[in-house]
Amino acid sequence: MTRREEWQKAFEKAPLRDADFETMSGLPLEPVYGPADDEDAEYPGVYPYTRGPYASMYRSKLWTMRMFAGFGTATDTNWRFKELLAHGGSGLSTAFDMPTLLGVDSDDPRALGEVGRCGVAVDTLADVEDLYAGIDLEKVTTSMTINSPAAVILAMYVANAEANGAKRANLGGTLQNDILKEYQAQKEFVFPPRPSMRLVADTIEWCAAEMPRWHPVSISGYHIREAGSTAAQELAFTLANGFAYVESALQRGLAVDDFAPRLSFFFNAHIDFFEEIAKYRAARRIWARWMKERYHASSPRSMQMRFHTQTAGVSLTAQQPEVNIVRTAIEALAGVLGGTQSLHTNSMDEALALPTAKAARIALRTQQVIAYESGVANVADPLGGSWFVESLTDEMERLAEETFSYLDDLGHGSMLEGVLQGIEEGWFQNEVADAAYRFDRALNSGRRVFVGANAFTEGNDEDPIEVLKITDEDERRQVKRLAEVRSRRDGDAVERSLASLAAAAADPEVNLMPPLLDAVRTYATLGEIMDRLARVFGRHVEQPSI
Amino acid sequence: MADRVLVAKLGLDGHDRGIKVVARTLRDAGYEVIYTGLFQTPESTVTAAIQEDVDAIGLSMLSGAHLALVPAVMEEQRRAGVSIPVIVGGIIPEDDIPALTKAGVSAVLGPGASAEEVIGAVRGAIDRARREAGGSAPEGEPGGSAPQGEPA
Repeated sequence: MTRREEWQKAFEKAPLRDADFETMSGLPLEPVYGPADDEDAEYPGVYPYTRGPYASMYRSKLWTMRMFAGFGTATDTNWRFKELLAHGGSGLSTAFDMPTLLGVDSDDPRALGEVGRCGVAVDTLADVEDLYAGIDLEKVTTSMTINSPAAVILAMYVANAEANGAKRANLGGTLQNDILKEYQAQKEFVFPPRPSMRLVADTIEWCAAEMPRWHPVSISGYHIREAGSTAAQELAFTLANGFAYVESALQRGLAVDDFAPRLSFFFNAHIDFFEEIAKYRAARRIWARWMKERYHASSPRSMQMRFHTQTAGVSLTAQQPEVNIVRTAIEALAGVLGGTQSLHTNSMDEALALPTAKAARIALRTQQVIAYESGVANVADPLGGSWFVESLTDEMERLAEETFSYLDDLGHGSMLEGVLQGIEEGWFQNEVADAAYRFDRALNSGRRVFVGANAFTEGNDEDPIEVLKITDEDERRQVKRLAEVRSRRDGDAVERSLASLAAAAADPEVNLMPPLLDAVRTYATLGEIMDRLARVFGRHVEQPSI
Repeated sequence: MADRVLVAKLGLDGHDRGIKVVARTLRDAGYEVIYTGLFQTPESTVTAAIQEDVDAIGLSMLSGAHLALVPAVMEEQRRAGVSIPVIVGGIIPEDDIPALTKAGVSAVLGPGASAEEVIGAVRGAIDRARREAGGSAPEGEPGGSAPQGEPA
């Protein structure tokens, strides 16, 4: 069967959206276009999936418009979630505050001034109850952007959903849980890399058995890019991390096709339009080939890369913030033309603060204009076959392969070992910092134009836009709430559950998800759980380097 | 001898792109730069600044905790009997700048500040601090405001 025939067969089985797939002049559009003289050219939904994971792409289902939200207390964020769902958002995405990301309780002195600032504060199961109150968790999918304490937050999510009558097998969503990029770029780490990888493998293994609709890891290039990498580095480092997670799950004795279909990815959409599109296309092709050839996957679902995209926070300017709406629209369009499965569009005010409700609504409307007005969702991979885009796709792939060879050598034939070595030697961190400095030099010299920041600055002095203010009132409320929870829980039950957890952590053969579920149900705090684990695992300290 | 600048990432935020770029910018401009790494507290920052005998402190703040943590650095300096000029960079809302200035911060740099602005702010803060310390010490001795460092 030729690839064209394979595509045709898959397309015929796919359900289609109720929409008119034609131009504004009434010209009917094919679901995909390919060369007339080559039946074996690449097609979407056909290995190696360069042109998309599915044969029908957005003709069956538009991407999920998943807007990231979280601030203040759980009740504040719950209100924002309900508003986004009411405005046509189709999935939830939770941002946590810095103390939660580091497993520090809101009443810890280290949390001073940080509670509820960059996301929602979660200390105990009680906060997760408030966060998702009144939302049917079997009906929506939820993404949770958390890494070091990801397993604990997953336990809280499951415990809350089950207390409300949902079945864990019916819960759909994504846990970011990508610890490798924390050491490389985002730097929200707690434990050293190796015990952290054990926690990730525990969640992959547990979800494979218990939560068939859940994505236990979202392998994230977004933060690597935001930290300063190039698109080519984002692609290479993210996929290398993906291979490391695969190898780590294989070491557990899992069969590749039992967990790989649930791995998902998360990429940045920066402003260099065509390079971004080429990056997504190359990512799908590389993933498919490596899964098949190196890890011997046989299920197509193990080879089909699915990913979430977020527009680039670093591409936004504090100057003339309204211009950010335009940047975000261009970036979002790159994500869509690149075939993303879900998308977050940044709000115009995010170089200044967390977004206001109005700014977040405009960002969502930007996606809706692309989806429902522009017509770009009618045809899969509309840029496929462009000499330029195909050539750029090949080049991105070539650069990524060079990095894989380096890491594979570093790990003596193991990508997992190569990535861990690269982190321990600071190789990734230096590569990213070098790229960030090169970019900054280009901005400073004016070789790279940044509208409103280093050029076209007329209008910068106009009245500032309204931004969201988070008062320290939220911090006080959260600290008070935590004190209430601490006072009404059964202290002995908390202590017993923490002791069992510590014992389980000391035995590398035990999966930590069951004892974590027991602990969160006693309303043990995130900080208590993380501290107990740190006594077994140790704490990671990064060697400062410029 | 070159002026010495300590750059610190205060609080729980790990986003270190900005501070590393600033550190390299200052280093390339001839400063001796000491970077203390992530997750610093007001105490650890002031202790390190005294031990390293620096002429200025640069704080990177992106998480919104600046109104809690930056005045704490100034307070910690008073307690230790030093007054090293402090420059804050990052995501600082316009409305919060007066509070930081009132706390004694020398300069606040927002997103998009150029290398020239960063270097200018540091140089200006160090010069002003020397003038205020009364010493006309042009260089070398940083005005005598840094006493014999007390190891923590």
